[in-house]
Amino acid sequence: MNDDIHALSGAYAVDALDPEERVHFERHLHGCVACQEEVASLRATAAELAGLAETAPPPALRDAIMRQIPTIRPLPPARAETANQPTGSPPADRAATASTRARPTQPRRRSRLLAAVAAALLVIGGLAVWRAVDTTRPPTVAQQVLDAPDAARVAHILPDGATATIVRSKDVGRAVLVTSQLPPAPPGKVYQLWLQDPAGSLHPAGLLTGSGDQVFVLTADASDAAGAGITVEPAGGSPQPTSQPLALFTFT
Amino acid sequence: MEPVSRFFAARTPGTPSGESAMGRDLATLLRRSAAGDEGAFAQLYDAVAPRVFGLVRRVVRDRAQSEEVTQEAFLEVWRSASRFDASRGSALSWILMIAHRKAVDRVRSAEAARGREEHYGATSGEVEHDSTAEQVSLRLDAQRVHRALANLTKAQRNALELAYLGGYTHTEIAALLDLPLGTAKTRIRDGLIWLRDTLGVTS
Repeated sequence: MNDDIHALSGAYAVDALDPEERVHFERHLHGCVACQEEVASLRATAAELAGLAETAPPPALRDAIMRQIPTIRPLPPARAETANQPTGSPPADRAATASTRARPTQPRRRSRLLAAVAAALLVIGGLAVWRAVDTTRPPTVAQQVLDAPDAARVAHILPDGATATIVRSKDVGRAVLVTSQLPPAPPGKVYQLWLQDPAGSLHPAGLLTGSGDQVFVLTADASDAAGAGITVEPAGGSPQPTSQPLALFTFT
Repeated sequence: MEPVSRFFAARTPGTPSGESAMGRDLATLLRRSAAGDEGAFAQLYDAVAPRVFGLVRRVVRDRAQSEEVTQEAFLEVWRSASRFDASRGSALSWILMIAHRKAVDRVRSAEAARGREEHYGATSGEVEHDSTAEQVSLRLDAQRVHRALANLTKAQRNALELAYLGGYTHTEIAALLDLPLGTAKTRIRDGLIWLRDTLGVTS
C-alpha cells in the first residue's frame, strides 16, 4: 500500500492524478516527509521543462492584471494549521481542491462538475465570485449549494454550444449558475439572472458580466423559487426582463 | 503518438539567465507582493510571465483562453503570495504549479462539458503555433534539459509530455497509449526522477 501510494508522487507533481487519487495522495503527503521532498523536487524538475519554450504574453494582459490586483486582497500568512500542509499548494487552492475535486465516494460526474466549478471559482473577476472564494475553510455559498443533499440541477444548452446549469438548494436557500463556454454578452449588454416566484413573475437575481466558465450565486433567496431564467439586458440590468430569455429553468 | 513534441524539439540559441540569483529575487518579490507591493508584483510578472504563458499556452492551446488562464494564475499568485514557503521549493516552481493546475483545470472542465471521447481526437494533433506573436527563447540550461530529455525512453517521454503538457491524467494516458493501468504513472515518475537526477535539480 505504501509502495503504491509513493508511486503516485510523479503524477501528482504534474497534476496527472484522478481526483479521487489526488485526495488520497494528499492525505498521505501530509504525513510523509519523503513524499513531500520528492514532490517538491519533481515539481522543480517539471519547472525546468516549462522553461524550454517561453512565449511573451501580449502587453494588454499585463495591464489587465495590474488593473485588477488592487481589487484583490492578498491573503494573510497561513496559520499553524495551514502551515503544516504538504508541499507546495497555496492553502486557498488546496481548500478548493480538497472540497471540490476529490471526493472518493461521489460519482465521477460530480467531481468533474465540481472541478469545473473550482476552476471557475478561482478565475473570474466577478465580485460575487471573489467574495465566494475568499473564505478558504468554510465552504463557499456556491459549494454549499452544490454539495447540498437536496441540490437539484437543471441544465440548458445554449446556442453556440455553451451550457448553463442552475443548481438550487432549498435548504441552503440559494441557487447557483454554472456556465461553460458562455459567449460574452453583446457590447453594452449584460446577462441578467432571474428567479421566478410560484406565481410566475420574474425577479432580478443578479448581473453576470463575464463569459466562459462561470460560477455565479444568484443574489436573491431561492428557497421558494419555482424557476430561474437568463436574459440579455442593457448594462446595469433591468427591473423586468426586456428580452426573450436565453434559457428558462424550471425547478421541480 | 507525440502530440506535443514540438515543445521539446525545435530550439534556437539563447542567453544566460542567472537562474539562482533570479530565484532569490523572485522569492523576495513574492514576499513583497504578499504585503501588497504592486510594484514588486509587476517586476515578478515581468520576470516570469513568458514562462508562465508559454506553459499555459502549451496546455490550453487556444490563445484567448490561455490569456485568461494566465491572468487567473497571476491573480491567484497575488492573492496567495503569503502562502509561498521557500523551504518547500523555489518561487518559480510554486508559480508554475499554480499556473499548471489552472491550465489543467481549464482543459479538463472544458472536456467535461464537451464529452471527453471525441475530444481526444481533437487534441492529439500538434499544438497550433501562432508564429507572429510567439517568441521562443532559450535559456543557458535549455540544451542541458534537451539532452536529458533525449535520454529518456520514448515511452517515458510520451507519458511525461501527455501529462505535463497535454493535461491528461495518468489513467487517460494509459488509455491513450493502450497501456495497462498503472503503467503511465510509473513512467511519469521514472521519467521525472531520471530528469531530476540527470539535471541535478534540487527543490
